[in-house]
Amino acid sequence: MMQDIVFWGISVIVVVAAIGVVTVRDLFRSALLLAVVFVGVAGYFFLLSAEFLAVVQILIYVGAISILFIFAIMLTTDIQRGNMPNRLQVIAVLIPCILLSALIVTVYTSQWVYIPDSNKAAVSILQTRAVGNITDQEFELSEVTSEIERETIRNSGIANLLTGKYVLAFEAVSVTLLAALVGSLALARGRRPQ
Amino acid sequence: MSLQAFLMVSAVLFCIGLYGALARANVISVLMSIELMFNAVNIVLVAFGRYIAPQALQDSLSSVLTGQVFVVFVITVAAAEIALGLGIVLALYRSNNSINLTEIMRLKH
Repeated sequence: MMQDIVFWGISVIVVVAAIGVVTVRDLFRSALLLAVVFVGVAGYFFLLSAEFLAVVQILIYVGAISILFIFAIMLTTDIQRGNMPNRLQVIAVLIPCILLSALIVTVYTSQWVYIPDSNKAAVSILQTRAVGNITDQEFELSEVTSEIERETIRNSGIANLLTGKYVLAFEAVSVTLLAALVGSLALARGRRPQ
Repeated sequence: MSLQAFLMVSAVLFCIGLYGALARANVISVLMSIELMFNAVNIVLVAFGRYIAPQALQDSLSSVLTGQVFVVFVITVAAAEIALGLGIVLALYRSNNSINLTEIMRLKH
């Protein structure tokens, strides 16, 4: 019940702020509203018991990406004209509306296969504590009783997947980040004066 | 607070982002709309990981974290994209003195 109230509260804030991001004329304000959306999404991650991702969201999106946007706005924008709409207004409204109605139909007509009740306790503690060590005390508080299951939970986590099953993707993403970093440095530096 | 509620909110967020990316003339505004869409996708990934049983759950319990691992990848790629995108925006502003998409038509001629 409490979670539902929090969920709908966050939803209202997120949707209103997101509409603000795409409609407000002042770019600086729309960057601040974007930070509000990011905080709201971090709240969703808390509700979905993905606490690691919620913290990462706040650190990277709110702490780094919003600030980067605000820097770029201050360095470039001509404030007089602000954030103009372009000439594609009709198409720009039409396509998202069609997509939204298709998504709504899909969400409500699909048959979802939920996680079975027998696994719920294990899944819950595994997702909440996706990083770090889980103490015996936490296991006592949860409903995971069998020692074999506890051992499995101790040996799995985001780090295990990142260095095991998804190690190639992890390496590719690291190289991408490095390349983007070097590339943006080279772009932002500009031509050296002769 | 069901799976459907999360999917609906993220569908709305994605469509708002799509509208922004199509309708705005400012490059920075378009980049911000793309960030909105990334966030909508992240919500869907985590929500599916939380509610839906993957087929692989029978083999190993850790596969319920696949959604969260994918979100880590998406966040990393989004950060790289934004760093690069804003670098391009600064370079554009230096050479064109404008970051308005309707005025930057160099590829046309």
